[in-house]
This record gives sequence, C-alpha cells and structure tokens, in this order.
Amino acid sequence: MQTLAPDPRRVIYRRPDLLTDTSTHYCPGCGHGIIHRLVAELLDEMHLGPSTIGVASVGCSVFAYDYLAIDFVESPHGRAPAVATGVRRVRPDAFVFTYQGDGDLAAIGTAEIVHAAARGERISVIFVNNGIYGMTGGQMAPTTLLGQQTTSSPDGRDAGLAGYPIAITEMLALLPGVAYAARGSIADPQWIGRTKAMLRRSFEVQLAGAGLSIVEILSTCPVGWGLTPVESMAHLAHEVVQTYPLGVLVDRSKGRPGPAES
Amino acid sequence: MPTVIDARVGRPAGDAVRPILMKGNEAIAEAAIQAGCDAYFGYPITPQAELLEWMARRMPELGRVFVQAESELGAINMALGAAATGARVLVSSSSPGISLMAEGMSYLAGSEVPMVLVNVMRGGPGLGSIGPSQSDYFQATKGHGHGDYRVPVLAPSSIAEAVELTADAFEIAERYRTPVIILADGVMGQAMEPVTPVYRMPDRIPGGWELSGAADRPPRVVRSLHLQPEDLEAHDRRLQAKFAAIAEREVRWAGESLDDAEIVIVAYGTAARVARTAIERAREAGLRAGLFRPISLWPFPSSRLASAAADLRALVVVEMSAGQMVEDVRLAVEGRPPVFFHGRMGGMVPTPGEVVDVLRRAWALTAPGRPQPVGG
Repeated sequence: MQTLAPDPRRVIYRRPDLLTDTSTHYCPGCGHGIIHRLVAELLDEMHLGPSTIGVASVGCSVFAYDYLAIDFVESPHGRAPAVATGVRRVRPDAFVFTYQGDGDLAAIGTAEIVHAAARGERISVIFVNNGIYGMTGGQMAPTTLLGQQTTSSPDGRDAGLAGYPIAITEMLALLPGVAYAARGSIADPQWIGRTKAMLRRSFEVQLAGAGLSIVEILSTCPVGWGLTPVESMAHLAHEVVQTYPLGVLVDRSKGRPGPAES
Repeated sequence: MPTVIDARVGRPAGDAVRPILMKGNEAIAEAAIQAGCDAYFGYPITPQAELLEWMARRMPELGRVFVQAESELGAINMALGAAATGARVLVSSSSPGISLMAEGMSYLAGSEVPMVLVNVMRGGPGLGSIGPSQSDYFQATKGHGHGDYRVPVLAPSSIAEAVELTADAFEIAERYRTPVIILADGVMGQAMEPVTPVYRMPDRIPGGWELSGAADRPPRVVRSLHLQPEDLEAHDRRLQAKFAAIAEREVRWAGESLDDAEIVIVAYGTAARVARTAIERAREAGLRAGLFRPISLWPFPSSRLASAAADLRALVVVEMSAGQMVEDVRLAVEGRPPVFFHGRMGGMVPTPGEVVDVLRRAWALTAPGRPQPVGG
C-alpha cells in the first residue's frame, strides 16, 4: 500500500466561515467588503458566530446580512443603537453589534448613539465613515469634508451654508459610558490590520461588560466621490485623515470589569 | 401596591380574591407584568407617566428589563430589538409620543414582530392638551405609519376590562406576529376603579423566527426590506392574508340594552361610559335606547353593527373627537339607519345631558312620516 506524500500546500488565506459565498452588490473599490471580511474573521476567530445578533442599519450596508452568516435584525434609519439596546437587555449572553454608516450614525441617529453611549450599553458599534450618502446617490453627509463636492453640495461643502464635518467619535469618547473608542481605516494593508486589532479590542470590551465600544472605520465611496478605486484609496490615506485622525481615542476598559491590555 | 400575585397561576398568594382600587395606568402595567412581559421601554409623557413609573419599580424587582429611553423613537426601537428575540415587550406613551413611534410601528408590522403598545390618548393636534381624548382613532386604526398594514386595536371601557385586554393583546400579538395597540384615553389612564387581581398569562407560542444566535441552525434575519418589487408584493400579500384572518377572527364588541332598543349609541372607551348613563336617563324618560360598544376598533365590528342596527330608528355616535369612528359606523350601516354624531374635543368629555339631548333630537328627526335625514 502506497503512502501518500503530505500535501505541501498550506492554506494561508481563505473565505472566513461566516462570510457567505455571495456575489457582492457593493461597487468596485467600496470598503464594505473589506470591513465585512474583518468582522467575519473576528467572529470566526473569537468563536462568536453562534451567539451573535447583528443589527443592520439603513444605507448600502443594510445588506450586511446577505454576507454574514449570523442572526440579524434590521433597524430603521439611525435607530440601530436603540434596537441593539433592546436585544442586549433581553439577551445578556448574546454578542451584539451594530453596523452603521455615517449618515445613519452621525446625522439621523445622533440621539440613539449618544444615549446608548451614555447608558454604557454593552454593544459594539462598527461605524463606517465614507463621508457621503452612497445608497441614495452621493449626497452630502454630516461627515463630508469642507470643499467636497457631492450631489447636494455641488459647489463643494461650504461651512457657511452647511456647517462643519462632525467628528462624532471624539464626541462620544467624552462619555464615561464609552469604554473604548478608536478610528481606523481601510486605506492600506497596514491600517486594515490595525483596524482589525481595534475591532478585536472593541469585541473584547463588550464581552467583558465594560461598556459601549465604537470603532469608526474610514472607508471609500469611489462612485460617490467621483474617483477611481485607486484614487479613492489615496484620497482616504492622504486627505480624509487630515479631518479624521487615526488611532485609539479612549480606552476606559482598564480598571473596569474586563480584559487587561490585549 | 397590589396583593402579591403568584404569576404562575395568575392568582393572589392568599385565599381571598378581593377587588383592589387601582389607577388605570398602574393596572395595565401590572396586568402586563402578570401576562409575562419581559421588557418595558418608555418615555415620560402625561397622562401615561404612572405606567412607566410602575414599571420602573416592578420590573427590576422581578429581574426583568426596564429602560427609560431617550425618546419615543428610542423606546419603540428598543422594543423592536427586544421583541425580535422573542421577548414579550410592552411600550406605552400618549398621543404626541405615539406619533413619534409611527416609524417603529411600520417596521414592527413589516418585519412581523409582536409587541404591545399602549396609547393613553390626550387632546391634539400638536402638543394639544393633557386632557382625555379619542382623537387618535384614525391614527390607530388606519395604519399609523407608512405602508400597507393594519394593527389590531383594543379599546377598554373600564379599568377591569383594560386588565383583561392587556393579556389578550399579548396573545393576539404573538398569534399573528403583529404589534397590537391598546387604545385607552386619559380617563382610562388616570381614573381609579376596583380591579379583581386575577390575571392571565398567555402561553408562549414558539415561532421559529426569533433571533437567538445561529447556533446549530441557519441564520435568521428579521427584516422589512424586500428590494425587489415582486418580493415585496408577495410579502405584502402574505401580510394582507394575515390581516384578513385577524379581521375574521378577532372582532370584539359588547351590546347593552339592545333587545328592545329603537335608538342605539355607538361609543367606545370613556365615551361609552358616558353613553351608559345617558341611556339610563333616556329610558327613564321613555326613550328606548341601547349601547353598541366596539372593543376591537380594528377589526371594526362592521357586520355585527350592521345587523344590530338594521331595524333601528337611528344610531348616535358619541366620541371624544371631531368624529373619527363615525366614519366606520357610516361605512358599516350604509345609511340604514341614519347616523347622528356628538363629539367633544380638546380634552373635554361629553356629558350625559348632552348625549340625551342628541338622542332626543335624533328621535324627533327620524319620526315616521318625516323626510328621512341622512344623519347629522
């Protein structure tokens, strides 16, 4: 009987178990695919899939439930932190996250995110900021950069007319109920790796019961920005970060019930 | 504080079942607790604040969930999240707050999540007044939020009945996977009446749709978005079939003094209480009056009303509004007999004397031999 030689091939990269084999509806160069993958990898690695209830919000990413093989409830526009509060309070053993865009979280949903944060709800908020309303055709968002042209700021965002970009994660970081707040980016592989570490930390903070955790992820919208996917990544790496600096904004999980540094 | 209730059997722990005096808001809250309510979400507003306050004390005592939300938007969406996991959820508010909840109610209906909402109605429009009113009838029975949907609406006319209807509301909500509205008014919320503290806890119906984490089963999604028109129409058709089933099976009404009545008042809630006194006085004066009291406002007891009214000389609709239910009454009876209306607005309650006057006027206007009015 012949012994088979060991297979020299080694799997170094594959689709995470919780990422479904679905053709994407996202546009070329959109960051949601990368971020969905990070979430799926972490849920796999942390064995959280079977206990997770996700909250989908309104915007392009409402279809997150088509790509992530976990239980999901769909929220009205902006209300995801309130919906997640309801889930969390009656399911103390579940892992609960919201996945929200910048229009959803930083405009129509400001009351819900601020008060979920004030209450220190044990939820993880994944806040994808691409500075534009993608799903409705590229209108100005609260996070749109000064001077940025959109379909509703055709001459560029004018502070006198439309105010200033809102750095809501910094605002939330002031609240004692927020155990962890950070801003990452998908502009390059290095930052994708760091962003994954931020997400991991935010998930750990929830599991430890330390309070609300939020990771803002700067992302792209080539179609809305009127740039190619490659140009979008460069714009994100060099321009957007000027308004939204990257890094950990607050980590109050130390000294609270929860993990030490990870 | 009510007697201690053994929630497993819904009876007081002692032997005697003595009526106790309870405020409507508190009686509804306790009835919900005894019906097995797992979570309550609310926001302070007059005249329902005691309901929230009762829950604030009782729910944590029982290890259940109470959250005072940042707004009525927050409250109804917390309810959506909690109820999407199969929890039994109560939310309460009053008219202006209920308007804010219209968005959430549409999502609850569209994603078929059971939940019970109490509206202790006050005068409107706008901030209106804090006095009792029935001017949210259209809002409750005709859809509330956007889209093609209906919500079962139960209207108590006494605090004891409110207690019974609270358990019924949870049962209907879960049986049909739909939000249900208990439509009370400021009098029902604020008045105190004897309540026999015997409660009912409806059985839980395992649905196989609730979110619990996709362990050893395929993932589930509670959603109202169906982007393809073909898909949404199929979903809407299924919802309409459900509403048709509710309309068939969940009609509730009560009749009083109908057997020999020649003229009948149609009224619900507090207006029906006023009507009852007016009917007594009318009968003392020789006018054979009766009461038809819808309890389910949707589904409206249209065919029951039509058969009860067929041989009457007139109907008189009494509401604490400019005339909202009267439209359903007119649709139900199609002009036979003539329908008259009396309403007060803005937090004012009709007096029995006013109602007797309207009965007399209707009686006179419909005298045999006169040209028949279509109502007024």
